[in-house]
Amino acid sequence: MAETPARPGHLAPRPGQVSPPNPLFELTLARIREFVREPEALFWVFVFPVLLAFGLGIAFRSQPPEKSRVAVEKSFAAADQVSAMLERSPGLLVEEVSPAEAENALRLGKVDLVVRPGAAGAGRAFSFRYDPSRPQSRIARLTAADALERGLGREDLVTIREEEATAPGDRYIDFLIPGLIGLNLMGSGMWGIGFAVVQARTRKLLKRFAATPMRRSHYLLSFMFSRLIFLVPEVAALVVFAWLVFDVQVHGSLPALMLVSVLGAFTFAGMGLLLAARTNTIEAVSGWMNLVQMPMWLLSGSFFSYSRFPAFLHPLIRALPLTALNDALRAVMNDGRPLSGSGIELGVLLFWALLSFALALRLFRWQ
Amino acid sequence: MGQSVTSALPAPAPATDVAVRCSALVKRYGDVTAVAGLDLEVKAGECFGLLGPNGAGKTTTVEILEGLSPPDSGAVEILGCRWGAGCDQELRERIGIQLQETQLAEKLTVEETVRLFQSFFRRGRPVPEVIATVGLEEKQKARVGKLSGGQKQRVALACALVSDPDLLFLDEPTTGFDPHARLKIWDVIEEFHGRGGTILLTTHYMEEAAKLCDRVAIMDHGQVIALGSPAALIASLEADQILEFHVQGKFEEAALTRLSGVRGWRKKNQGYLLTVIEIGAALPALLSEIERQGARLDLLTTHQATLEDVFISLTGRVLRDG
Repeated sequence: MAETPARPGHLAPRPGQVSPPNPLFELTLARIREFVREPEALFWVFVFPVLLAFGLGIAFRSQPPEKSRVAVEKSFAAADQVSAMLERSPGLLVEEVSPAEAENALRLGKVDLVVRPGAAGAGRAFSFRYDPSRPQSRIARLTAADALERGLGREDLVTIREEEATAPGDRYIDFLIPGLIGLNLMGSGMWGIGFAVVQARTRKLLKRFAATPMRRSHYLLSFMFSRLIFLVPEVAALVVFAWLVFDVQVHGSLPALMLVSVLGAFTFAGMGLLLAARTNTIEAVSGWMNLVQMPMWLLSGSFFSYSRFPAFLHPLIRALPLTALNDALRAVMNDGRPLSGSGIELGVLLFWALLSFALALRLFRWQ
Repeated sequence: MGQSVTSALPAPAPATDVAVRCSALVKRYGDVTAVAGLDLEVKAGECFGLLGPNGAGKTTTVEILEGLSPPDSGAVEILGCRWGAGCDQELRERIGIQLQETQLAEKLTVEETVRLFQSFFRRGRPVPEVIATVGLEEKQKARVGKLSGGQKQRVALACALVSDPDLLFLDEPTTGFDPHARLKIWDVIEEFHGRGGTILLTTHYMEEAAKLCDRVAIMDHGQVIALGSPAALIASLEADQILEFHVQGKFEEAALTRLSGVRGWRKKNQGYLLTVIEIGAALPALLSEIERQGARLDLLTTHQATLEDVFISLTGRVLRDG
């Protein structure tokens, strides 16, 4: 303690007195306790983002190539042999049906192609019935013709080696997970701190604290520390879930991921503190939060790339803290770039963090 | 009526004996003057009460004394120090405060809450001991949100006591509580007082002020209108008893002054209050007067004079509603 007592010796311990615990530790502990004892908060911070990731990951999962469906008319003398030849092609789903059923299935789009005996009735003459305006049908036609040619002994003249080009890091879920981490850091930082501060103010708890020798900086720091502590499980929940369920890889280093997350968490903690600095009601702070967060939900590329917005908006969008956080997270997670490659993004985050904290500390009202 | 309003500052006592001193305190909120030139002096070791109706300026006064809101003018000295003169932190270490409407964090337990407050101070009493002092041993592990209003107030009191303060400010410590809860809190205050602590409390319960306080300042419209020990204030009425009655029918009030044993009277709602020196003489005289006038007696009660009667005689109003 820096101050010298007004009357030296007056605060000397009396009999039966104890030395109190560390205030910063107790304040942080209180923050953590209040948070973990709030089931709704736990749901929104830990469960909801995972559910969101799961839902979106399923809905926008990469589909395996669709097979073409082919109906073989039973009117063939050797329908089974024809079917067997077609089935050898991995791109075809084959069924044997009566001519009437085949016609019906084609009309309803249940099959893409009907294979019938050729006009001459000879073993090597086929008739293909399909709608050439449908791409699926045209693919079915080519695949079926190829399968029959091969089945009847055609020799391939060229050798083709197939290289599949769908890399795991290119899927939508790979793009989505860093965006959800960014979004979650924004939400929990701003709501967590903004709400807690405004609630303490409306309940006159801030005033009560101000009536003690508590250091103001300790109170504000306790929010930072509790955010830091929750940051780890918050980010880990999404990263581990995405890795286990969708095989989403972190291509960069985990320390870099943590560092970007910490900077993001601090930035949004500062913004939450700023919005709560003078606000007196929960309703008012909710309104401010939504006003600030909504544009970033939309623009910052959490769910889809902001490159879809007109190019002249891009500098503006990239100046938003959530955009910077998302971009920096993707650089680490998806591209595996070192942090030195995200200098601008980290600078943007730092700018917002320092600005918010400086303003929040200037404007903060205790009662 | 005919009472002298005590507003002059008593002869200054040596600084070490004075815990709280303020003079010519003024605080305005817009057009409303909440505190209108207030002088007070609370001696070390004293339990001092600010008694007055809602809106008298008690809370504003206390929050100025606590250094939570600055006065528009006037001087405040707490434990020999002025707020803002470089010893604020030191003062905060030495005073315990219970605000009127603080709601402590609902999710923390009693023990955690008291420990949190303890951590802000450099010295402190053991947490279990303080919790026992306010009688919440069994609720130690209970969350604050699950407690009754009276129990929450006792937690707030524990938070004010845990730093072992020299001076305790209590703003309406028992407002809205049932008699049992009130007695519990009175016990805690008396225990602190018994340990030699100084207390400044506000209340609009006359019996609370009479029970706890060595001296009482009666406040109205931001000013002290009477000051003294509860016994001295009541004695200033020069009445043993207060007699209240209601009559039906025409009643000529002027006759009341002529009754023997009656010192004075005033109307209260639809009835009358008589300050009575000698109940044995006054009561028969009143009854025969009512009969003489042909009115019908509806209600008649008598009680020992209280601080409430002091307030009524000073302001013509009752201290609290109902």
